[in-house]
Amino acid sequence: MNQLEPIHAVRLTVNGVPHEVEVPARRLLADCLRHDLGYTGTHVGCEHGVCGACTVLLDGAPVRSCLLFAVGVDGSEVTTVEGCRAADGGPGPVQRAFAECHGLQCGFCTPGFITTVTAFLREQPDPGAEEAREAIGGNLCRCTGYQNIVASVLRAAEIVRSEPGR
Amino acid sequence: MTGTITEPPATVAPPRPAGVIGAAIPRREDARLVLGDGRFLDDFGRGALAAAFLRSPHAHARIVEIDVTDALSVDGLVAIYTYEDLDDRVAEPLPLLIPHPALTAPRTAYALANGIVRHVGEPVVMVVATDRYVAEDAVERIRVGWEPLPAVVGPRAAFEATHTVHADVPDNVAAHLVQEVGDAPAAIEAAPHRLALDLDIERSASMPLEGKGVYARWDPDDRTLRVHTSTQTSTSVRFALAAKLGVPVDRVEVVTPDVGGGFGVKIMHPWPEEVLVPWAAMRLRREVKWVEDRREHFISSAHERGQVHDVRVGFDADGRVLGLDVRFLHDNGAYTPYGIIVPVITSTQLLGPYKPASYRVEFHSLYTNTVMVTPYRGAGRPHGVFVMERTMDAIADALGLDRVTVRERNMIQPDEMPYDQGLTFQDGRPLTYDTGDFPATLRTLTNLVDWTGFAAVRKRATAEGRRVGIGLAFYVEGTGVGPYEGAHIRVETTGDVVVATGLTTQGQGHETVFAQVAAQELGVPVDRVTVTTGDTRRFKYGVGTFASRAAVMSGNAVALAARKVRAKALRIAGQALGVPIDDLSIADGVVRAPGGAEIALATVAVLANPLRYAFDEQAGRATQFAAPAGDGPPVAEGDEPGLEATGWYSPIRSTFANGAHAAVVETDPDTAEIKILRYCVVHDCGRMINPMIVEGQVHGGVAQGVGGALYERIVYDADGQLLNASFMDFLMPYASEVPTVETEHLSSPSPLNPLGVKGVGEAGVIPGAAVIAAAIEDAEGIRIDRMPISPSELWELRQRAAAGEVPRLRRGRSSDETER
Repeated sequence: MNQLEPIHAVRLTVNGVPHEVEVPARRLLADCLRHDLGYTGTHVGCEHGVCGACTVLLDGAPVRSCLLFAVGVDGSEVTTVEGCRAADGGPGPVQRAFAECHGLQCGFCTPGFITTVTAFLREQPDPGAEEAREAIGGNLCRCTGYQNIVASVLRAAEIVRSEPGR
Repeated sequence: MTGTITEPPATVAPPRPAGVIGAAIPRREDARLVLGDGRFLDDFGRGALAAAFLRSPHAHARIVEIDVTDALSVDGLVAIYTYEDLDDRVAEPLPLLIPHPALTAPRTAYALANGIVRHVGEPVVMVVATDRYVAEDAVERIRVGWEPLPAVVGPRAAFEATHTVHADVPDNVAAHLVQEVGDAPAAIEAAPHRLALDLDIERSASMPLEGKGVYARWDPDDRTLRVHTSTQTSTSVRFALAAKLGVPVDRVEVVTPDVGGGFGVKIMHPWPEEVLVPWAAMRLRREVKWVEDRREHFISSAHERGQVHDVRVGFDADGRVLGLDVRFLHDNGAYTPYGIIVPVITSTQLLGPYKPASYRVEFHSLYTNTVMVTPYRGAGRPHGVFVMERTMDAIADALGLDRVTVRERNMIQPDEMPYDQGLTFQDGRPLTYDTGDFPATLRTLTNLVDWTGFAAVRKRATAEGRRVGIGLAFYVEGTGVGPYEGAHIRVETTGDVVVATGLTTQGQGHETVFAQVAAQELGVPVDRVTVTTGDTRRFKYGVGTFASRAAVMSGNAVALAARKVRAKALRIAGQALGVPIDDLSIADGVVRAPGGAEIALATVAVLANPLRYAFDEQAGRATQFAAPAGDGPPVAEGDEPGLEATGWYSPIRSTFANGAHAAVVETDPDTAEIKILRYCVVHDCGRMINPMIVEGQVHGGVAQGVGGALYERIVYDADGQLLNASFMDFLMPYASEVPTVETEHLSSPSPLNPLGVKGVGEAGVIPGAAVIAAAIEDAEGIRIDRMPISPSELWELRQRAAAGEVPRLRRGRSSDETER
């Protein structure tokens, strides 16, 4: 460790904005997003891929950003919770639904749920309650007991379906 | 084999009374949290130095030497500190926060281990570096020579005291406390029926999804320390840091940003890191930050639960309790900085809604070589309720009576309120229940779950080869413990209302509920109110968020402050309009007189602050020549400028909420898989400020109760190694494990506070272990006396019951319905 750590240039498009960032090979994607690029909406709850708070969409698919190195996803498109907004910068459908249904309390796990649910609703725009519960089955929440999160998923689906052009 | 019995009925809609208090309005805090714009501890301090800690790998060991040579060459290293580097009061043991006369051998840790470690995870060396990765590189290169000592693990081993945790505490007993009402041992001896039970609850932990974290900034020019910390008490951290670091209190600011859950563990303070990070920031004159990782949280943040109870009870043929004698061992871990609050609460809240003719409780609080124990949501109550409710079920079983009947016969009646249990509670005050209709709570629950209809449900299930059971459990919870909270309210000249209170928020929606209180009391729209919590720059005095106290304490302080502001606004408006105060009313931020005259609160705020300088148009209206000068001084004697006031609420004692839960479970006859089919909650927290938030608190509590009943346990081996220090191994429930909760609300307002509210934050978790144990016991016909219980443990229990090693219930699987 006497020499400086080798640094790698990584290109990421985050929420539609292109970035080039220089990171050591071991820099986790979560840390890169949060600390190098300032997308602090992505939260780290366990650092071993179990809680789901750090979930982001990598080229549209949900991944645990605490389990990936930034250098390993060079050239990818990343969507964080900040990118789940509506076009006008206000809350997007999933974000609105969580607020309407009291689907969050402390809000720490919420970004991981919102990204996960955003991806889920693209696959299944009209889920039933059981499907909604299963869709969030990989994310931990310590506050809500999940009941209102399930309701939020169903409400989000309703909002998405009611959007013009769908 | 699984399946549902009946479709759970829809959750009963909470009442929606008129007015802002009592309205289920959406939360003000959600807008930023759902967008990813919340600001949690680790979102601060980009560019700050990072701290990491070398922690003890041994449960009990002497530190022979610490060699940092290899670490010194790590590029980016800034500093390495061991105990030898600590100075002044930072080198002294951390404070004993809550002394108690029974805590005769209190022991607290040093910020960094001083020659000896007493649990795995105890901090030994602090490293500061340019980033966390580098700091951890340096930690890995530090070599410590250890001389391992025998570890004491578990309360029974601690009580045997073959080995000691602290050399100068030879019996491992930190505290011993007895409380008695009447002569319970004699009453039990003389009783026609007697039972003895051993009831255990295993160790668990709060486990918020965000761990602890501290970020400190020392301004050497201004000689000011600003500390952001993920705590449940910023006001007390401020005083503790001022005392430890020798900085005048006036020069210390403690800010609690958004906090990712607390559940009790963050009320403990100051943590070693909470002292060391600001200390290092002052020494280095650099910003320093430490964010706890998940493994650190498991092995160095506090745990709870973990008690073994020995119960003797004497009762008459009707099931009335004549004497109850409970002796229990409490595992307080290696140190007692938070005192003995948890066992004190168990021993006093154990009785719940019941009135045994006599009661004796005795506990020993014991040192072990494990992480310290401080309150986790429920704080001793889940254990107490488990003991009491298991005892009620055992009495019913012994007499062949319905479990509801036995409870009814022992219950305090509404006309006996206020009811003095004759014990001293955690606040040093008498344990006196203020209000509550316990029989109504029980009746509402048995209707909600259809207790009497369960016989038919069971019959159908049995015919299908399925095994189901029903159970219930009751709790009474002392909430809103003192000593006080305060709040400050100011009406700005824009008409905006700014509220600040000292206690902190970890997801309970305080920004919303306190805004509701201020809006209603003041007569302004709720969206004109903003609330700040946990920021000592805004409000310096307060206690903290624990013991289901925020709505009671700060809620009432906000109400009292608002009433003062309202009175002042009416006085000024009355003078301005020439109308008697009694004729004025305030609504929508406007003071109105009967004749149609009106004046906006914004204008009243301008008039409340006589000015010389017109810095904007509004201000001009309050300058010296804007209106004819009166005779008296511009600020009357005894008055203050500004439309603002501070209110304080300090209760004479706690207010008591109550509730009852029922669960229906199915156990697989082959695999012993346990599935919750229904979970019903009836609770009474007095007047509700926001029923949506109340219900959310209940849901979350139930989830933690289910976790504590079926999944979560902290497992130490005999050497004091924590075996399941990860989310892969400490099993918190996912959505698939938590049932849909069916809720009904009752309301017995408290006469002890102006709003009539009681706390609800902890309620949902309290009866969890008791109610699930009761339902499994009912399904299986085997006594359940230890929680949590896993399928494999249930399977083992079946084998032991088959071998005659553990008794079957007297009613066997024929159950309660035969008695009806």
